[in-house]
Amino acid sequence: MTAQAAQTGQPLLSVQNLNIQIKMDNGIMNAVDGVDFEIHKGKTLGLVGESGCGKSLTSRAIISINPKECETTGDIVYHSDSEASLNRLNLLSLHPNGKQIRSIRGRKIAMIFQEPMTAFSPMYTIGNQLMEAIRIHRTKNKKEAKKIALEMLAKVGISDQEKRFDQYPHEFSGGMRQRAMISMALSCNPEILIADEPTTALDVTIQAQVLELMKKLQSEFGMAILLVTHDLGIIAQMCDEVAVMYLGKIVEQAPVKEIFANAKHPYTKGLLKSMPRLGGDKTKRLDSIEGTVPIPINMPPMCGFYDRCSDRIEGVCNTNAVPKTRITDQHSVRCFLYSDRQEGAAQ
Amino acid sequence: MTKPKPILDVIDMNKDFQVKSKTALFRKPASVQVLNQISFELIEGETLSIVGESGCGKTTLGRCIVRGMDASSGQVIYHTEDGQQIDFLKLKGKGSKTYRREIQMIFQDPYSSLSPRMSVFDIISEPLIANFKLSKAEVEEKVTLIAEKTGLNVSYLRRYPHAFSGGQRQRIAIARALITQPRLIVCDEAVSALDVSIQAQIINLLKDLQEQFRITYIFISHDLSIVQNISDRVAVMHLGRIVELAASESLFGQPRHPYTEALMSAVPQPDPELKKNRIILEGEVPNPANPPSGCHFHPRCAYRTEKCVKEVPELREVGYNHFTACHYAEELKLKGVHNELADEA
Ligand SMILES: Nc1ncnc2c1ncn2[C@@H]1O[C@H](COP(=O)(O)OP(=O)(O)O)[C@@H](O)[C@H]1O
Ligand SMILES: Nc1ncnc2c1ncn2[C@@H]1O[C@H](COP(=O)(O)OP(=O)(O)O)[C@@H](O)[C@H]1O
Ligand code: SF4
Ligand SMILES: [Mg+2]
Ligand SMILES: [Mg+2]
Repeated sequence: MTAQAAQTGQPLLSVQNLNIQIKMDNGIMNAVDGVDFEIHKGKTLGLVGESGCGKSLTSRAIISINPKECETTGDIVYHSDSEASLNRLNLLSLHPNGKQIRSIRGRKIAMIFQEPMTAFSPMYTIGNQLMEAIRIHRTKNKKEAKKIALEMLAKVGISDQEKRFDQYPHEFSGGMRQRAMISMALSCNPEILIADEPTTALDVTIQAQVLELMKKLQSEFGMAILLVTHDLGIIAQMCDEVAVMYLGKIVEQAPVKEIFANAKHPYTKGLLKSMPRLGGDKTKRLDSIEGTVPIPINMPPMCGFYDRCSDRIEGVCNTNAVPKTRITDQHSVRCFLYSDRQEGAAQ
Repeated sequence: MTKPKPILDVIDMNKDFQVKSKTALFRKPASVQVLNQISFELIEGETLSIVGESGCGKTTLGRCIVRGMDASSGQVIYHTEDGQQIDFLKLKGKGSKTYRREIQMIFQDPYSSLSPRMSVFDIISEPLIANFKLSKAEVEEKVTLIAEKTGLNVSYLRRYPHAFSGGQRQRIAIARALITQPRLIVCDEAVSALDVSIQAQIINLLKDLQEQFRITYIFISHDLSIVQNISDRVAVMHLGRIVELAASESLFGQPRHPYTEALMSAVPQPDPELKKNRIILEGEVPNPANPPSGCHFHPRCAYRTEKCVKEVPELREVGYNHFTACHYAEELKLKGVHNELADEA
């Protein structure tokens, strides 16, 4: 009940019918195809799926940092929690390099990546870059900015901050750079943090530190997190809600417990069964999903999972676009096996 | 059941790298010890996994075993099919060639380990042609057979690697490693770059091939869930040393080294109902150029004492075929995967 109550409030961000097309030599690729989701204050939404399914394009579209060739349509409506002038703003209608999106990017919606080196310039010290970000968005006062920067370094568990402040990115270990990037992202108190595979390049031991840190800072600052990952273990431990992506589409979406206990989509079920678990029975063969992910170029209207699906219905799944079906209020799936329960007509 | 037969003995292997100091221009290059007295025995047909954080020396160990790199000291005794024992590291030139084809290695990155200018057929057949005198038809036949066994579409063999997905490329790498009928394959993070659904396909393939051809694997991985699924025995490495070595059930069920316990605890479990009290190690992975004193793990260990700071714990047998290098292995009650799950119930 409580989770439901929180979900019914005004979302901080609502992504509606997001489409990203890329022109290729041999046709048009629908890299992101009709994606809808909402991000709520203090909650974590997980975006999970195999490589190439469109997770990064989706998350980067929110702050307009995809390259030019990505033809993006749909609505990304931002409802600022704190600033009335930023209410009900369609981020996609803003100029991608304009003043307004730049005042939101970094300050209201911050992003961290798998490779922290991309977030830092090798030419300047970590402290310099942290201060720069703080001075653009929070305070012009140099002394104050430095104080905030040192505080942030301490918050993310970097000891010896005075010394670290004057070091260059290459002098930091991978885990420390990741934490420094988080400190930079959070230094302006963003309402939304987008984390794209933030721990994929780290050892499990360091990953555990970084995930714990993200949770701690979330409870402290109340920010919303969009967590992009291919790791279902991270999803289970971190997220409130999960959106499963396959071939540019969200094929299933539900609260985290529901996804793990009551997955509906054959792809979600296949993913859950194919991952080896600690403490699992090793004499049992792993279930695998046969075949590979196709490339969504010039795809006819059909289910993208059709080729690999063991439950497919020939003549239905490969000849129609798959409508979204609501299983419950908070659980939706795109699969013809459930479409008789569908409310409203197929689009 | 046949009696367990050893295939390889690694004895006191050490590896040092000379690294130039970044700061002092005229200082002699410093020596960094990356492998420290590594010893273990490998049984024919088993899978021994090597786990540990990045930089602990897993790849170096694998490369020294297949002689992609020379160890600084130590022995690798190879037991041939007909029962001879050969120090593999001492073999030179032609002498080593026969055995090199019996010991193969597969790497993590199927993109960079396959030559982009060779067709898949040429990639797979190259080691065959280099090692055996065969007619064209015989080569053709063997490549086709291995392609089928590894799940590659035979009609695509004339294509180039870039036309294949990551999972397909890893199958090509496996086919290439298998073509000379090796007895031992070192798999270095062989499935780490693959998506889970594809990972499961390749793990199943490796298991099937092992059963069919009685292959022995050294399976290097940082992913404990996969390691538990695939291994008979597991060696945990920390900063160039083996700190724990045991049968998989024993190691995961009842770890005896605090580092093993922490590694297992850090794995995010795919179960949202499981709220565990995770052990979060503090601090960084230590640097082999500047290793901590005593037990290398002591700066991050929750159980350390004065003794740990001063004395190096030896790897010793603390249970049946269960080896651990911790001063307190007998006293500590560490959590394994099963009792942790039981705690929840
Ligand atoms: N700039 C680009 N030009 C062409 N194709 C791209 C570009 N960016 C992404 N893609 C393609 O779009 C698809 C989705 O990419 P991405 O969002 O990065 O996937 P994910 O993050 O889920 O791995 C992939 O097939 C990728 O190759
Ligand atoms: N050619 C080399 N020269 C110097 N140092 C090296 C070389 N190769 C590896 N190292 C160092 O040896 C250590 C072990 O590396 P590696 O065996 O690749 O570890 P792992 O595979 O466990 O991640 C690391 O500290 C690495 O930096
Ligand atoms: S020897 Fe000491 S420091 Fe090392 S693992 Fe055991 S208790 Fe921890
Ligand atoms: Mg991505
Ligand atoms: Mg390695």
